[in-house]
Amino acid sequence: MTPFPFTAIVGQDEMKTAMILTAIDPKIGGVLVFGDRGTGKSTAVRALAALLPPIEAVQGCPCNSARLEDCPDWAGITESATVTRPTPVIDLPLGVTEDRVTGALDIERALTRGEKAFEAGLLARANRGYLYIDEVNLLEDHIVDLLLDVAQSGENVVERDGLSIRHPARFVLVGSGNPEEGELRPQLLDRFGLSVEVTSPGEIETRVEVIRRRDAYENDHARFMSEWTPQDAALRAQILAARAALPDVATPNVALHDCASVCLALGSDGLRGELTLLRAARALAAFAGDSAVSRAHIRDAAPMALRHRLRRDPLDEAGSGARVARQLAEVLP
Amino acid sequence: MTDALRGLGLRKLHPSVGDAALFGGLDLGATLAMGGVQSHAGLLAHHGALVLSMAERCPAGLAARLGQALDARPALSLVALDEAVEEGEGLPAGLADRLGLFLDLDGFAFADAAPIRLDTRAIAAARAGLSRVDTGAGLARLARVAAELGIASLRAPLLALACARAQAAWRGADVLSDADLRVAVTLCLAHRATQAPAEEEESADEAPPEPPQDQNPGEQDTQSTIEDLPEEMLVAAARAALPPGLLAQLQAARVARQAGAQNSGMGAARKSMRRGRPLPSRAGKPGAGARVDVIATLRQAAPFQKMRAEMFAHRPAGRLAILPSDLRIRRYQDRTDRVLIFVVDASGSAAVARLAEAKGAVELMLSEAYASRDHVALISFRGAFAELSLPPTRSLVQTKRRLAGLPGGGATPLASALDLGLATALRARRSGMAPTLALLTDGRGNIALDGRADRAQAAEDMGRLARAIAAAGLPGLVIDTSLRPKSQPRELAHAMGARLIALPRADARALSRTLGAALGG
Repeated sequence: MTPFPFTAIVGQDEMKTAMILTAIDPKIGGVLVFGDRGTGKSTAVRALAALLPPIEAVQGCPCNSARLEDCPDWAGITESATVTRPTPVIDLPLGVTEDRVTGALDIERALTRGEKAFEAGLLARANRGYLYIDEVNLLEDHIVDLLLDVAQSGENVVERDGLSIRHPARFVLVGSGNPEEGELRPQLLDRFGLSVEVTSPGEIETRVEVIRRRDAYENDHARFMSEWTPQDAALRAQILAARAALPDVATPNVALHDCASVCLALGSDGLRGELTLLRAARALAAFAGDSAVSRAHIRDAAPMALRHRLRRDPLDEAGSGARVARQLAEVLP
Repeated sequence: MTDALRGLGLRKLHPSVGDAALFGGLDLGATLAMGGVQSHAGLLAHHGALVLSMAERCPAGLAARLGQALDARPALSLVALDEAVEEGEGLPAGLADRLGLFLDLDGFAFADAAPIRLDTRAIAAARAGLSRVDTGAGLARLARVAAELGIASLRAPLLALACARAQAAWRGADVLSDADLRVAVTLCLAHRATQAPAEEEESADEAPPEPPQDQNPGEQDTQSTIEDLPEEMLVAAARAALPPGLLAQLQAARVARQAGAQNSGMGAARKSMRRGRPLPSRAGKPGAGARVDVIATLRQAAPFQKMRAEMFAHRPAGRLAILPSDLRIRRYQDRTDRVLIFVVDASGSAAVARLAEAKGAVELMLSEAYASRDHVALISFRGAFAELSLPPTRSLVQTKRRLAGLPGGGATPLASALDLGLATALRARRSGMAPTLALLTDGRGNIALDGRADRAQAAEDMGRLARAIAAAGLPGLVIDTSLRPKSQPRELAHAMGARLIALPRADARALSRTLGAALGG
């Protein structure tokens, strides 16, 4: 069954915007979605996968390389024929083993044919696509460490079982979770470009609409899809146009200055905040069809880009979203 | 229960089921014996219902996989048999949220259950009728009831709608009736309620309704349309399905469920198969998380190669002959998670300032636990009984909320606190964590275990529980919070086999430092 259409998701605008921004510029570095259960987090991720344009990949390449010279040599690929694949969205389940994530010795081939071969893991399959971790805050620490390493370098290096393998692993990390069940380590938190908080819609009418659409999707699939597919296609075209326009979006000095002063006022650690804020604002400008980054773009992008980078203050009862909003009002009037 | 479902082609699932069994994989034993690749299909490839027995011990990883499988394949159905008896146990919330129906069999005797017969033809007929059912306004009604019961998740009303639709199809009707909606609310929504419905009626003496067992489709004459049905009736159906006293416990139960989701309940083995410091490998079967130690396996097989070459003469020469008995699997020494259980005296005799200090210490420990990944739990005691204010958690959000709402004053039910502390510690140990008790008190308990103000009985209960804690081998720490050193805390610490630290005047930071030092980092 085709996934639920992205444009048919009711409300949750910040989450949808954040996901569209990473589709426009994967360098933004992923989205963290924190919120209650049953608010459409997983639905949105899967819908995004169906929305994105397919990619060209060398046939048989375990890490979806675009060109033959990008294929890792251990894959033993000689044909440069390419196939069209949907943008990969790979699920990383909780309790996954290290072998499955990084790949390991192919036991089957080792024992039956006596060959030393590498069996690619989830990181290889997620290359050029998305890696989705549901309940990311419950992920075991050693897997988190592994992801941190790869997300930073864009390359997966395996040195085990007598294998020495490396392959590109550049993916957009999408995590979701419920903060009441546990915190995410600050190091991994920082690795996500954007973070959004979703809540269950409070109004009855919105909730009824959510259920009505989902019910129609499940029970009247063909008609529902025919209603929403054109809207999804329009959004896809808009994303592709924004991707093309992205290099031409001008970044005036005053925009850089704005980014820096917001981050300074909020006391976010490191410079990743500024960089992500700038990228997100630029993607937002491209999406809106503007030719330059303006203060409005920065103001819109700041809560998603900075919310999770603030020093945690255990005694501050208000959420960090409120702190960002407070500082924004002061610094960027 | 399982008898009734037999006709549906059940497959059983155990909480410790491995990936290979779930998703299918290489059958290593058969492969080696046959000399060719043999694979077996996974349980998830199977069509029909899966039964997860002992669901309360379902680890978070398995719950995540099952949740994903349920999302991806609507045809898959899962029956989770949750035998949780204590709070803190239970099916991980992420999976529970995806399961539609909930039946509470507490208090049902096996002898009372009538044999359930499934008429496969009637089921097939009802299935065919599903798409004809017009859900109309029932959809909005269910959404409203769910909101009124404080159910945040939008999966709940969707599942309830599916249930109502199935019920209508089973009756052979094309329109949802009020009875269909009532069944849906009772089965799908009632157990998820987080708040009592707004209007307060006498709910305690309403008997729970008969579980709907419509054996005769079409017999019901309730064909009145849902327009006539006020929402209060649906809410009343939900309320009737709730056992008395449940709403009062809801808050605690919800928290316990959240804690349960985190602590997998699986007993993180100290000898882990996956991670930690390597141990010597040993003979065993790979699968269920165990990895083959290739080098050790080859080493084991090497001496016999010449002999086996003759045995397996039919195979091509130059091929290693490895038998299943040669397989060696890797083992690692795993470090278990630590949980610090703070048992805090919030009674009147411990000054209110003490409570503030204890709160500060717990908060500080938690922010430090960020680095060391420790869990923290909080038990407070005052008045008649102790209460678990915060089940083992790493969450700063929850701790802040719970600490802020911690009241002080009243008598000192120290015996009850020890009892609860011991229970919490043992539960944590069962779920694979290493518990440590930190008791902050002046030791002057004056309430017995049964809640009576009986100083002599209290002392006796305290002594008994303290010895039980010592017998359980729980590492502990007693922090004497009285203004002048007294003998009671020392005796208590001695009976518990715990260290005693007198802190006549501690600020949170000093307390946290002392704890850190006493617990070895």
